[in-house]
Amino acid sequence: MTHRSSVPLYWRLQKAKYTLVGTQCITCKSLYFPPRSVCPKCRSKGFTKQHKFTPSGMVATHTVIRAPPEGFESMAPYSIAIIKLDEGPLISGLVVDAPDKIATGKRVGAVFRKISEDGKDGIIHYGLKWKLDESV
Amino acid sequence: MRVAVIGVGQTKMGEHWSKSLRDLSTEAGAMALKSAGLTATDVDGLFIGNMSAGRFVGQEHLGALAVDHAGMTPIPATRCEAACASGGLAFRKAYLSILSGHHKIVMVGGSEKMTDLGATGSVGTLMGAGDQEWESSIGLTFPGLYALMARAYMERYGLQRDELSLVPVKNHTHGIKNPYAQFRFPVSVQDVSRSPLVADPLRLLDCSPITDGAAAIILATEDIARRVDRPVWVAGSGQASDTLALHDRDDLCRLGASEKAAQMAYSQSGMKPEDIDVAEVHDCFSIAEIIAYEDLGFAKRGKGKQLLINKDTSMGGSIPTNTDGGLKVGHPVGATGIKQIIEITRQLRGEAPNQVKGAKIGLAHNVGGSGATALVHILRSD
Amino acid sequence: MPDGVGIVGYGCYIPKFRIKVEEIARVWGQNPDDVKASLGVEEKSVPDRDEDTITISVEASKNALARAGISPQSLGAVYVGSESHPYVVKPSATVVAEAIGAGPAISALDTEFACRAGSSNMVLCMGLVKAGYIDYGLAIGADTSQARPGDALEFTAAAGGAAFIIGRKDVAAHIEGHFSYVTDTTDFWRRHGEDFPRHGARFTGKPAYFTHVREAVAGLLQKLGLTLGDFDRVVFHMPNGKFPTAMAKEMGIPAAKLEDSLVVRKVGNSYSGSSLVGLCRALDIAKPGERILLASYGSGAGSDAFSIKVNGRLVEIRSRAPMTDDYINRKEYIDYGTYVKHMNMLKGVAT
Repeated sequence: MTHRSSVPLYWRLQKAKYTLVGTQCITCKSLYFPPRSVCPKCRSKGFTKQHKFTPSGMVATHTVIRAPPEGFESMAPYSIAIIKLDEGPLISGLVVDAPDKIATGKRVGAVFRKISEDGKDGIIHYGLKWKLDESV
Repeated sequence: MRVAVIGVGQTKMGEHWSKSLRDLSTEAGAMALKSAGLTATDVDGLFIGNMSAGRFVGQEHLGALAVDHAGMTPIPATRCEAACASGGLAFRKAYLSILSGHHKIVMVGGSEKMTDLGATGSVGTLMGAGDQEWESSIGLTFPGLYALMARAYMERYGLQRDELSLVPVKNHTHGIKNPYAQFRFPVSVQDVSRSPLVADPLRLLDCSPITDGAAAIILATEDIARRVDRPVWVAGSGQASDTLALHDRDDLCRLGASEKAAQMAYSQSGMKPEDIDVAEVHDCFSIAEIIAYEDLGFAKRGKGKQLLINKDTSMGGSIPTNTDGGLKVGHPVGATGIKQIIEITRQLRGEAPNQVKGAKIGLAHNVGGSGATALVHILRSD
Repeated sequence: MPDGVGIVGYGCYIPKFRIKVEEIARVWGQNPDDVKASLGVEEKSVPDRDEDTITISVEASKNALARAGISPQSLGAVYVGSESHPYVVKPSATVVAEAIGAGPAISALDTEFACRAGSSNMVLCMGLVKAGYIDYGLAIGADTSQARPGDALEFTAAAGGAAFIIGRKDVAAHIEGHFSYVTDTTDFWRRHGEDFPRHGARFTGKPAYFTHVREAVAGLLQKLGLTLGDFDRVVFHMPNGKFPTAMAKEMGIPAAKLEDSLVVRKVGNSYSGSSLVGLCRALDIAKPGERILLASYGSGAGSDAFSIKVNGRLVEIRSRAPMTDDYINRKEYIDYGTYVKHMNMLKGVAT
């Protein structure tokens, strides 16, 4: 069994992956997504609490993966962008729109999709992907 | 006290169906000992750089594997891992172990056995160099990560597709004379544009290959080094870290870790970028070389491509880079950092196939992942 | 007898891919005009490879929450009805609940009754709300059903879903009453381990669909003391474009009252979503004071009939989420090979 078949590995990230719950530093108020338990600026004084991010942002850069790894073969080719969330942090995310429609600067919102699955008999990993605001 | 390279050895890079990880490692180590005029019993410590033998071939505990098969037990043996910078990291650790006074003659090697897993398996395993939770888990491969950087860089600085292609064109040309290279054929700008897209905008010829290979260096204290012919001295060693995930970086168009590691190495060695006669830079993907020129201070931000257009980094230029072909002609991940230093060593000894005339100061730049670790070593011939 | 329980929020979701009857007919050597004439369907929706009943349910639910304007933490129940739950054992409802931010103090359950599961979930929520056990319940019907290649159902089996939030406060459409009619009639079934259902062809008509819808509606009218003339709009389960129109004709309902809800022509039959997506479209355009008759149908067999009275609040909330037509009209046509790839029907494809 590889880590890709581990249930707890994916389960503990569900809140973050399903609903964009990240963290905020209790000292300097910086926002972090993906979540961080310690604020890298405040360190020992920088414990964090949960913060739910608004699922909207903008494309900062993008690519199309045409040589997929295991688990993503049948999805290829697929688009990935680094998205700047409106509240600040940047995250990597799969984009559901056709590659020729995606461009730096375009606004995106989140949609709930299957990310990958552990073969035919393993669990299905769900999460958020991103869709251009210009389409329904 | 100074430390010097007194012996080098490397296997050919390529698909070695008949050779295992231990075969490759032992072969490179034996060659390095021979070139130093030493035997295994002379070595008092071993460091080995390897990224992912556990996933590629199910083998961990590589320090033990290396010394066991070289007949070098019971000396201390340590595996170092920093993704694609594992070799550079092992070199630095070996160097520091001698500077600390605890060791006198150290073998430092790097090896990777990638082809047993096949291409798709390799792509997946290499993703371990990124952020498993937030990059690998969505299928963001290494070509994908560098493609995201490439597009950001091209959009910010106006780099064109054909200008980016000058990197593989130059490096493949250099690789033709390298007897250890996985590929020894020229490549044109048109060849690059015609090669299949791997992660837009990066094409197959923008990417380093999947490679098996090993390389080894013998490092020694000054008094021992003075007894051999043409030792090559470590003048500076720099290492720096940055965020694991690309999306957490301050800037998508530079590798802050490379900049800081370079500053450390320049400061320790008393050198400046213009003092470097020859360099090995980490061209895992074409864009990485252009960004490296800027991180290492060879060019200003956004202007890296000029060094290629003006042929400054080609043979005969002011700062030839990747004179052995770089990562484009072989990237056995854990071994890469070591083979880079071996090429610099050859250059400073006057023995390189693509010899830079009068090279006295060389730089090797090794990056882990999408820039989370960087190692920069400066070596000199005197 | 309005007791204040009704629809507080609603929403649907239809995937964007479409395959035309012509394209399916081409592969099987059939005459598309004959097929269109007999089924009353032009094209159907196809899920993307990364969509399934759970993802469709989440999108529809988010739309319902947007219209309801309530916090997902106020939901006391989430029921997902489908015949294509992604897991045979492991609930869809828990994924949906977590994805929309509901729970964990919540009743969550998966239900199955062929195409009737979603409407039956509405009844469950109505009961819990009426009893005062919960403030709001989320009832979902969604499917990405497989159709046997070359079978008539292949032209109509589609993907989609709808979600309704049932409550007492700020009701946009009161559910005046409901009536269920259920018998053990096996017109369409799928055994464990089988990929595709089997059906009784013409047996799915009179003894199944028509009997149960007719009896459910009749029971509803008698219970509420209403006649068909009291309804402004009618929504029937849509296995194709013919059954609902034939049912309406038999009951003497003018075709115009049914037409607006006949989404099946353009997006096919989304099984547990079918009548509910039709209801969403009706709610998108109904005027305050209009009364809607909804009769679902699920093979096996049963029908739930509802009388729904729209009020002014519906007009306030309807533009808070995409309209049914927004989903119907955004489309990308695919060919049969792409369809088969999306529906995971190719052997040996690595997942």
